[in-house]
Amino acid sequence: MGFWKNSKPPAWLWGVLTGILFLGIGILQGQFAVIWKKAVMICMECIGIG
Amino acid sequence: MKKLRLAVQLIFTILTNGYAYGYLNGKIYRGRLKYACVPGLNCYSCPGAVASCPIGALQALLNRQGFSIPFGMLGFFFLVGSLLGRFVCGWLCPFGLVQDLLHKIPVFRKRKRLPLHHILKFGKYVALLLFVCVGSVFLFGGFAKVPAFCKYICPSGTLFGAIPLLVANESLRSQAGGLFLWKLGILLLLLLLSVKVYRPFCQYLCPLGAIYGWFNRFSLVQVHWEKQQCISCGACERACPVSLSVHEISRSPECIRCGKCMEACPADCLYFFRRSCKGDSLKREG
Repeated sequence: MGFWKNSKPPAWLWGVLTGILFLGIGILQGQFAVIWKKAVMICMECIGIG
Repeated sequence: MKKLRLAVQLIFTILTNGYAYGYLNGKIYRGRLKYACVPGLNCYSCPGAVASCPIGALQALLNRQGFSIPFGMLGFFFLVGSLLGRFVCGWLCPFGLVQDLLHKIPVFRKRKRLPLHHILKFGKYVALLLFVCVGSVFLFGGFAKVPAFCKYICPSGTLFGAIPLLVANESLRSQAGGLFLWKLGILLLLLLLSVKVYRPFCQYLCPLGAIYGWFNRFSLVQVHWEKQQCISCGACERACPVSLSVHEISRSPECIRCGKCMEACPADCLYFFRRSCKGDSLKREG
């Protein structure tokens, strides 16, 4: 019991959990479909043409 | 450690840019893997790229109509940053590998930093705020949204995306003009500078390094320092390619976890994972 009382979750773990939460929201909002649409076309700006 | 890091960098670069068909035909991969991002800077218009670039993806979200918080990419940065911090820069970034290799060329007297480093190091935060965030929303397109960092600066896009595509695709080659020459100039300047100065793009311009640097203070992968065992010889600072003192190593946003300090430490007091320290026995013997 003492172990659980004294141990504090490390900051990186909070960061990971926040990341998973935000990723979930992003997936639900369809943000990765937006990224995919951009990524599968040749990005004219990226190659210095657009 | 040096050989291991080089092997990881090479394998990761080949794996994430392994779409050989693209190089041969001047086309890019269009599969489902591009829903995901690689951790390092890796242009998604590289003919070999099998996944998306995190900075390009962030700008794609910021470029949408209206404004909404880019939760997907914030989540990605929190996840990767909290686990690895700038370990990504040191071990997993293809453009970092290119700069590392160029810095090995035995010409010029090598420098770790540019003059005015204390000011120039903030350049990456300026690039992040001005070109990735603000620029993506309205600044450079006359209120039209453009991926300003990719368009005006990104040397990784020019090297891994533009050059192979223009070589293999004649119709694209005929469209290249002043903007391409501008980006080619930036690329050549940075590549030449890399021969003399250690990773100038990572130290002074990379917005991804600015993001991951923020996570360095608490990421899972850290360079641990056993203070009690330290003999204060300064070997780690001399070996550090970005001249960090032992107090700054790991938590500093500049530390890319290259591991050179660990190799140099005679008391073996710096390490990635917690374990008993060899310095203990050294001191007892002394």
